Amino acid sequence: MVKTLTADFDINLEADVLVIGGGPAGTWAAWRAASSGASVILVDKGYCGTAGCAAASGNGVWYVPEEAEARYKAITSRESLGGFLANRQWMERVLEQTYANVNLLAEWGYPFPTDDEGKPYRRSLQGPEYMRLMRKQIKRFGVQILDHSPALELLVDNDGGVGGARGVNRQTGKPWSVRSRSVIIATGGCAFLSKALGCNVLTGDGYLMAQEAGAEMSGMEFSNAYGISPAFSSVTKGLMYTWATFTYEDKTPIPGASSYGRSAIAKTLLENQSVYAILDKAAPSMYSSMRLAQPNFFLPFDRAGIDPFTQHFPITLRLEGTVRGTGGIRIVDDTCATSVRGLYAAGDAATRELICGGFTGGGSHNAAWAISSGYWSGEAAATYARSLGNKGQRHLRGAGEAVLKPKKEQSCLAVDEVIKAVQAEVFPYDRNYFRTERGLSESLEILQSLWKEIRNSPVEENQLIRAREAAAMVATARWMYSSALERRETRGMHKHLDYPEQDANQQHYLISGGLDRVWVRTQSLNNGKSKVLNSNLKIGEAA
Amino acid sequence: MIELVSASRCINCNLCVNVCPTNVFDADSNAPPRITRQSDCQTCFMCELYCPVDALYVAPESDIQTPVNEAKLAETGLLGSYRENIGWGYKRTSTAKKDETFQLLKQMK
Repeated sequence: MVKTLTADFDINLEADVLVIGGGPAGTWAAWRAASSGASVILVDKGYCGTAGCAAASGNGVWYVPEEAEARYKAITSRESLGGFLANRQWMERVLEQTYANVNLLAEWGYPFPTDDEGKPYRRSLQGPEYMRLMRKQIKRFGVQILDHSPALELLVDNDGGVGGARGVNRQTGKPWSVRSRSVIIATGGCAFLSKALGCNVLTGDGYLMAQEAGAEMSGMEFSNAYGISPAFSSVTKGLMYTWATFTYEDKTPIPGASSYGRSAIAKTLLENQSVYAILDKAAPSMYSSMRLAQPNFFLPFDRAGIDPFTQHFPITLRLEGTVRGTGGIRIVDDTCATSVRGLYAAGDAATRELICGGFTGGGSHNAAWAISSGYWSGEAAATYARSLGNKGQRHLRGAGEAVLKPKKEQSCLAVDEVIKAVQAEVFPYDRNYFRTERGLSESLEILQSLWKEIRNSPVEENQLIRAREAAAMVATARWMYSSALERRETRGMHKHLDYPEQDANQQHYLISGGLDRVWVRTQSLNNGKSKVLNSNLKIGEAA
Repeated sequence: MIELVSASRCINCNLCVNVCPTNVFDADSNAPPRITRQSDCQTCFMCELYCPVDALYVAPESDIQTPVNEAKLAETGLLGSYRENIGWGYKRTSTAKKDETFQLLKQMK
């Protein structure tokens, strides 16, 4: 048998563009950069093709035909949900790019279905199929993929420009380094190892690396997305709950509870009462369509011997953090550049406020954003790499700060304890789903001491990757809660019990950053450096 | 959570070692891969899709270990059931082609 372990590669590599993360955004970025003529290396912490929430889950896509009315409707339909923080020009260009790129997927062989009228239906992607195709496609364009190769830190030059990354192959233990002219962070969001579907590789690693190199975050208060799953299962897919009744243990319905009314579910769970669901609103004639649309939704039920259409099953809410939140690395122009030279951010790693404001669900807009921001960042990273010309070798140093001092000591950091401690601050519904000034402040004190603990702790060498994940999660939680404290209102998914109303004076972005000292500042919607952010469109005018 | 690498079915190709996004397996020379980091399993079922001989079983319980009986799983058709549903494998067609999400969205209007 052929051994397929991809362990053997040169440990010192060079490329024009390095892409960190091999989900939708990373693969679109890699494809675009490579098809622009750049040499591209893509590193993934797991396996490009199975890693990330899209591969495991699959999703709808914000794919809207080129008709003015349909596009206008698509743009205006969620502005209110997002708290009027989205930008219409960004939405327009994402719709346009996504439409073009999804059509490319069809050309590349994605087996889209046809609808009743015999027309191709391109608004849904099955994850395993989509990401297997993307892997094949980038390999076809010469992208070199390093699987199981988490990046540990970015490399920067003397002027602060980014020049690659270094990491380790977690299967062989061999260190790797890639010198590149530009870097794209496409590492996804952060779901704090909640086991939401496909999300356990998403621990905010890219946020931490970008921060250490000097980038900024935006919208980190929009980080409290929770997905519904059967209580025993990882499958946080929400669509089917459109046809669910949510009940107490005695099978009486919970008032106000629905797929779109998760607050009532969270409140019931907070009272230590179990919540049950049953898909009794689906007509039997729909069952087969439902199974064909989302085979993975039904997998846990079939295996647990539960008929979700006729039997009540216990459900829970799993934290999806910024994966289905909208906060992420701040981007400063329409190429998805960050504030650091040579560094770009794409997909869930970047803020999605520009098209979603303060609210998003799974897939749809996120999927469109991954496709578009990946494409743009790939193009820009290739152009930037070309613009550097043959300047010769730059002197590079590691930008990483936290827990990068492996030592073989007895008194090493208990990494798993740190992770449990962070989870204890971000999982509880009465801390994160429903926020209060007191709760956020108490959590921040604990998180600050966790940061101090993990910041300079020596870790055992075989714990280095996990320790960096832990540090990233602690840092992410601090940007989240520091931003949440500053948003003294309720907007988008950010529910502040002390300030339950939306406040017109806070229709702005919250930029955050810092490691030892976390800071937050406001930025007006029209005050960005970027052309697009200076748009004259009046955001918030929509019905 | 991953519960089974069937020794009788496994052909030691180590594809699962390669594709698991959370690196739960370790390759063994001339033997089936070992599940060495079971608690890291995120219950995403991806390994099953890539296993060419349906030798793997991921139990639906994501947070606790569940004992499984291979003979019973084989008998009830659960070994390889996800791969079959997705339409991956020899002489199968991807069921992405039959995705009826559009029917569901019509119901939501």
